[in-house]
Amino acid sequence: MSGGHSKYVPVNGVMKWMDERLPLPRLVYDSFVAYPVPRNLNNWYTFGAILSIFMVLQLITGIVLAMHYVSSTDMAFNSIESIMRDVNFGWLLRRMHANGASFFFLAVYIHIFRGMYYGSYKAPREVLWILGVFIFIIMMATSFMGYVLPWGQMSYWAATVITGLFSAIPIIGVPIQEWLLGGFAVGDPTLNRFFSLHYLLPFMLVGLVILHVWALHVVGQTNPTGVEVKDLKKETVPFTPYATMKDLFALALFFILFAYFVFYLPDYLGHPDNYIRANPLKTPAHIVPEWYFLPYYAILRAFDFNIGIPFTDIVLLDSKLAGVIAMFGSLIVLLFLPWLDFAKTRSGNYRPLFRQFFWIFALVCIGLGYLGSRPAEGGYVTAAQILTTAYFAHFLIILPLLSILEKPKPVPPSIADAILAKNKAA
Amino acid sequence: MKLITVFSRLIATGFAIAFTASVMTTAALAEGDGGTPHYPINHPKHVHWSFAGPFGHWDIGQLQRGLKIYTEVCAACHSMDLIAFRNLKDLGYSDEQVKAFAAEYEITDGPNLEGEMFERPGKPSDRFPGPYANSIEAANANNGAAPPDFSLLAKARAPERGFPTFIFDIFVLYAENGSDYIYSLLTGYQDAPEGVEVGEDTYYNPYYIGGKALAMAPPLEVDSVDYDDGTPQTVDQYSKDIAAFMMWAAEPTLVERKSMGFKVMLFLVIMSILIYFTKKSIFMNLKD
Repeated sequence: MSGGHSKYVPVNGVMKWMDERLPLPRLVYDSFVAYPVPRNLNNWYTFGAILSIFMVLQLITGIVLAMHYVSSTDMAFNSIESIMRDVNFGWLLRRMHANGASFFFLAVYIHIFRGMYYGSYKAPREVLWILGVFIFIIMMATSFMGYVLPWGQMSYWAATVITGLFSAIPIIGVPIQEWLLGGFAVGDPTLNRFFSLHYLLPFMLVGLVILHVWALHVVGQTNPTGVEVKDLKKETVPFTPYATMKDLFALALFFILFAYFVFYLPDYLGHPDNYIRANPLKTPAHIVPEWYFLPYYAILRAFDFNIGIPFTDIVLLDSKLAGVIAMFGSLIVLLFLPWLDFAKTRSGNYRPLFRQFFWIFALVCIGLGYLGSRPAEGGYVTAAQILTTAYFAHFLIILPLLSILEKPKPVPPSIADAILAKNKAA
Repeated sequence: MKLITVFSRLIATGFAIAFTASVMTTAALAEGDGGTPHYPINHPKHVHWSFAGPFGHWDIGQLQRGLKIYTEVCAACHSMDLIAFRNLKDLGYSDEQVKAFAAEYEITDGPNLEGEMFERPGKPSDRFPGPYANSIEAANANNGAAPPDFSLLAKARAPERGFPTFIFDIFVLYAENGSDYIYSLLTGYQDAPEGVEVGEDTYYNPYYIGGKALAMAPPLEVDSVDYDDGTPQTVDQYSKDIAAFMMWAAEPTLVERKSMGFKVMLFLVIMSILIYFTKKSIFMNLKD
């Protein structure tokens, strides 16, 4: 806890008795009531709280859905439809769970981009950031497996494409793929293990989130100035009621958006083909993942050429393996971000050049997302290759170069000074 | 000095947007010439549906007419295996009417105590029996392509909306792509344009999502189903009625969803306003 000493005082004998044996109320008090947060946090900082609520929402709806779901290739599709039609409020649970995944990702992307803009990954918050990347990767695995469970056409073919990626690994690839599938093709064993893992991984996620919050509470939150808190009294406010109310308001607005989709556009973010029962004999015209995977899908398919030694026929990396490496690489590179960007100035507010490249990077990601939704042919592939290069160049070339070359603007000496300056200007 | 920064920033942003735009345009152009053709050839026609929009509701008469079309025409080839007779109560029928309707069907049940399967009249808890014993028989009877099940078709057939239409759809709450598609397909049969070859036993239809022609012959014609409520017996009206019925079959809870949505949205908006003022008054104490 960055706040130093615990401010918890048991209110009565029972709490005192408990505190002396297991100081759980003290932990909660110090973490979510007295915990000091910088007073200049803006609304981009509310997405951590929004995410934790959405995680709980996914757990609750998911556990109830699992009570009605049947993980067998013969019955999975119909069991989902029976949830939609016959289970009391089953349609609501299922819509909330499916759209909840999308909004979970929307929130996590905003959360990640906020961290990137304000340099939240820089020392001493590297472990906090790395835990966040692991949370993100486990989230992706969880949502992918969850998408397979309804056993629609897209479920089945997404499972086939993604597990097929492992077959690109030389020698051990095919055995790994068969081990993952529990057979030679996606089938009953695959569906059953995906269901089991889809139930397990969220609890691992909860564990990682607890570590993530713990790491956050050790080092304290960043803030838009990127300057560390120097004077607890002048520059911070207690988490409750200030941050709680602020998070609650942001959460309420986010819930309005969420409800808008759940109740009025529940199929907007899904694919119509997933209303067709999985058919191993019929490949859909275009296999596309859910929107939140599209940028990675574009990177995967950008590699339509083998990488070899020029002017010879020697192939070092065939196109499929290169695509797989690039796709996973696009996530792995995030783990090294604290060391790729070693500029002293933390916040993007004081780094004009960095800020421009940050927005270009955001556009690149949106562009990749669009290309991921298009068929992999002609100009779309060329565009995806250019944007894939831009994606990696941002991390591997631009950020290290900016760290050396950029002359940042002067940073305010303290948060208190920044607030005073802002109030004066207003 | 300030002006220069603003200017350089403008140039940088302009450059970024121009770069992305040019990449996208090259992509779109390169894709336009040749390549695989995209279906449907025409976008679905728009119909005004009673169930569209935030206050959408079923037109009960329309659903009843749709059921009539389904049972008299479509059910000859298309199954609807997720719908039970009891679901027809949604269409305004009483328990007795549903019971009588179900009893007109012969349902295979069993095995009985002798181990034999037997036929019995349908009960409200039974699902609509399909026209074929299994999908292989269905395919065999229809030139190798089994007619799709009706239960979810209105959700499963939704042609891509394309950029930027799909963004506007969020604001106008457009979610009737499936019923528009079905209506357009049923009213879209026409002679193939000159120079366009269609396969044997297929019928040209520019609204078909899977190609330029489909194996289903135009299923509806004027007066093929008798309406007793005076509604015009045209292909156009039939197509609307069956499309609405199929939307109901695909999502019987649609109206319940929308009406609950309004209450939830209202609650959330009021709650947000209250939270906003609570937050404001709490932060007032903070002023230095």
